[in-house]
Amino acid sequence: MNTGTDRVKRGMAEMQKGGVIMDVVNAEQAKLAEEAGAVAVMALERVPSDIRAAGGVARMADPRIVEEVMNAVSIPVMAKARIGHITEARVLESMGVDYIDESEVLTPADEEYHLLKSDFTVPFVCGCRDLGEATRRIGEGAAMLRTKGEPGTGNIVEAVRHLRKVNAQVRRVVHMTKDEIMTEAKLLGAPFELLLEIKELGRLPVVNFAAGGVATPSDAALMMELGADGVFVGSGIFKSDNPEKFARAIVQATTHYQDYELIAKISKELGSAMKGMEISSLSLEDRMQERGW
Amino acid sequence: MTTIGVLGLQGAVREHVRSIEACGANALVIKKAEQLDQVDGLIMPGGESTTMRRLIDLYGFMEPMKAFAEAGKPMFGTCAGLILLAKDLVGYDEPHLGVMDVLVERNSFGRQKESFESNLNVTGLEEPYNAVFIRAPHIVSAGPSTQVLAMHNDRIVLARDGQFLGCSFHPELTEDHRLTKYFVEMVESAPVSV
Repeated sequence: MNTGTDRVKRGMAEMQKGGVIMDVVNAEQAKLAEEAGAVAVMALERVPSDIRAAGGVARMADPRIVEEVMNAVSIPVMAKARIGHITEARVLESMGVDYIDESEVLTPADEEYHLLKSDFTVPFVCGCRDLGEATRRIGEGAAMLRTKGEPGTGNIVEAVRHLRKVNAQVRRVVHMTKDEIMTEAKLLGAPFELLLEIKELGRLPVVNFAAGGVATPSDAALMMELGADGVFVGSGIFKSDNPEKFARAIVQATTHYQDYELIAKISKELGSAMKGMEISSLSLEDRMQERGW
Repeated sequence: MTTIGVLGLQGAVREHVRSIEACGANALVIKKAEQLDQVDGLIMPGGESTTMRRLIDLYGFMEPMKAFAEAGKPMFGTCAGLILLAKDLVGYDEPHLGVMDVLVERNSFGRQKESFESNLNVTGLEEPYNAVFIRAPHIVSAGPSTQVLAMHNDRIVLARDGQFLGCSFHPELTEDHRLTKYFVEMVESAPVSV
């Protein structure tokens, strides 16, 4: 009997496919998310748009919040640790969190090295903007990916850019001849063996969700249309006018992303989505997607 | 040719489709209840049972699925799917479909860090079966008509009650298609199948 194997870690993410993972900051929000049909919740101290507003250093959530959320729901609970913060990740693992997000939404603890995620029993999800980042994270042991987008903006443009890029690069590798792969690995900064595996499988070896900017049911459906396995919604739910309605509608739009009449119907009378933000209004230092290496 | 549906609301749908096709049967992803008329058997995949239940209610799947079961058509539930099939659930007043005569406990092996893989001896299979358990449920007790097909550390993890097959683990996550094959044969030999 073996725990923490790649199959068990990656398999856990396979079970989340076609679903919505929602950011929550307390037990009440977690229950609302579960009721609405979320496949998991991400426990954190503040949603990304509040992290932006608050400024300063963003850290792992208070374990009391994580524990409160774990006790409130029966669906899996994820939590965020800072990039490279071995101890935050170990603390979350010891608490029995089901998945850890080594996340650029928090202030990085290490500007050179990510966590060696293969050392842990708990599985990890990591952000990526291109196939180089994606495969380096898998190489370190990430069992699930999410494209980064630009968290806390309610603007889908970066999420679209990153998902399109990763998928285009995957297609390119799949269609390459084997003798072209080493040079591609060098150009992308990607592990050679992983590119070979992608070529053989015809896809990424782990599940890839979309994140960072989903604010409406149509945004969620768009990411599914573009090939995401599921979506993370951060500020989009609890910063909207009616979190309960938004949560349900985003779940439905994700399942039936090509049923446009349904999406039209569930998008009626939702109230206002979270206020969006133009990406160009953010300086380079304020863009969370620039974190991670 | 036999067509087997995979409930496609959420979870490991693609993997089951691949496994059904590897066994030489047709696979159909079921996203709308009307599609149930087109299949001879149904697999309910692994995923989040709470989420699947919400979507089953939302899209009016409950009655058509119960009718499917009453028509004698075979159903196979893996992990979350087993929870949907069970007649009784520990800690819940009401079951979901409530058609398979077993009492099931959710998340009974612990949280994700306790998830594991292990070799099982399965009745009817010659070689051991590598089973992947993820936040898995188990069958606490089985009714008189239910045949226990595999145990893990004294817990029932695979059982058959007539037309219903249920397991705690995820056959769809490995390349071993023997259990899918077993289900395909159940569907082929079911009295309602033409």
